[in-house]
Amino acid sequence: MTELTEAFHTALQLIVTLDSKLLGIVLLSLKVSLTAVAIASLIGFALGGALAVYRFPGRGTLAAILSALMGLPPVVAGLFVYLLLSNTGPFGVLQLLYTPTAMIVAQVVIVTPIVAALTRQACEDLLEEYDEQLRSLGASSAAIVGTLLWDGRYRLVTAVLAGFGRAIAEVGAVMIVGGNIDHVTRTMTTTIALETSKGNIALALALGIVLLVIAFAVNAALMSVRRFAARFAYA
Amino acid sequence: MLDPTASPRAFTTALAGRGGLLPLELRRLTYEANGKRVIDNVDLALQQPGITVIMGPNGAGKSVLLRLMHGLIAPTRGEILWAGRRMDREIALRQAMVFQKPVLLRRSAAANIRHALGVRGIDKGERAIRVDGALKLAGLEGRAAMPARVLSGGEQQRLCLARALSLEPEVLFLDEPTASVDPASTLAIERLLIEAQHRGIKIIVVTHDVGQARRLAQDVVFLHHGQVVEHGLAKRFFTEPRSEAARCFLAGGLVL
Repeated sequence: MTELTEAFHTALQLIVTLDSKLLGIVLLSLKVSLTAVAIASLIGFALGGALAVYRFPGRGTLAAILSALMGLPPVVAGLFVYLLLSNTGPFGVLQLLYTPTAMIVAQVVIVTPIVAALTRQACEDLLEEYDEQLRSLGASSAAIVGTLLWDGRYRLVTAVLAGFGRAIAEVGAVMIVGGNIDHVTRTMTTTIALETSKGNIALALALGIVLLVIAFAVNAALMSVRRFAARFAYA
Repeated sequence: MLDPTASPRAFTTALAGRGGLLPLELRRLTYEANGKRVIDNVDLALQQPGITVIMGPNGAGKSVLLRLMHGLIAPTRGEILWAGRRMDREIALRQAMVFQKPVLLRRSAAANIRHALGVRGIDKGERAIRVDGALKLAGLEGRAAMPARVLSGGEQQRLCLARALSLEPEVLFLDEPTASVDPASTLAIERLLIEAQHRGIKIIVVTHDVGQARRLAQDVVFLHHGQVVEHGLAKRFFTEPRSEAARCFLAGGLVL
């Protein structure tokens, strides 16, 4: 019990003093996850919007696959990206394995289905309401997608936040494609896993607290966005 | 630009310059859904400008007929001709529609009108002028920046009408536009419609409100079981309805 108290005390000290090692890991994690979420959002918005509006053979299957991929196990995504980026893989020549870029790619694979599926749902709900009005105006399919994405903006923000929550907390994929290399590809989650196994509870605990704070912040942001949208009838 | 504040004659002349869309002819028009014939072999010709009211009991197919005319749904059989031409994109862009339940985007009142004008390809400078004009027309100039969906039901429907009129359509369709609005907004909407028809816009409105039909209609199409039972001048329809169904409907009876 005393050990745990001490570890907790040290963890708080690491946070309060903005320990450089801790800060480096947190910043790398944020950089990787924010970049991945930004890329995944661009792809997810376009994909989700298009799936809601365009009619083509296989649309239903694609939508079902996308929904299923929302629950894609990160280790599987990591393995998939590993195979693509390994020396013998199709993109091996790029030498991206064990770099932050590889981790970004893996997280894009994990987050894109989440953003796309939530975007599709948001756009379909809106389309049900707007369909006749937009067709009466003579809007093109591309214009309809644009209208739905803009009008669903607050739901899209929640989709992005959900994607970010998933990316920042994910450990399996970044471990496989990043290799957990100190000062290069070590993120909060992989450090927690490693340091705990080494018995260095303090650093793991400090990172755990930071992760929890981020999770709470994302949740608070989600609730604020929903409340704002509902209050001003934008939901 | 067709200025909605211009004199009726100037506006009508501008519309005529585009070549009118009338007559509207429906030839053996049939629409079936889920094995049920909703519109049954309808032949109809609307030649005159002004306000045509489509009436009939619930389930007669009024809203479906309106959507067929506007091209929102395709007929199962038969054809729809506007000035002898089949419906195409160019014709559709010369029309507008207001729905029973106001369909408003999750944006401000002004942005709703701006969006519609943008979709129709109106340039930015003219968009701003038309937005101001439309809001003024609907008495909503003080509500321009408000989220459209927090407006009252009557204001929302007035905004929908203002948005439709800002497109300067040659034909305006309305599906029960005052079914769920307050009397003051009903009056405002009816005034806007009368003003619009004076400007040369052909108006086709579905209503089950006999009082409203009497106030607005120049001619009436009475629909029953998906068939046009009567079509004629409003005056005659209200004083001497020819069909039993119309007589019963006007007397407030249940039309089976």
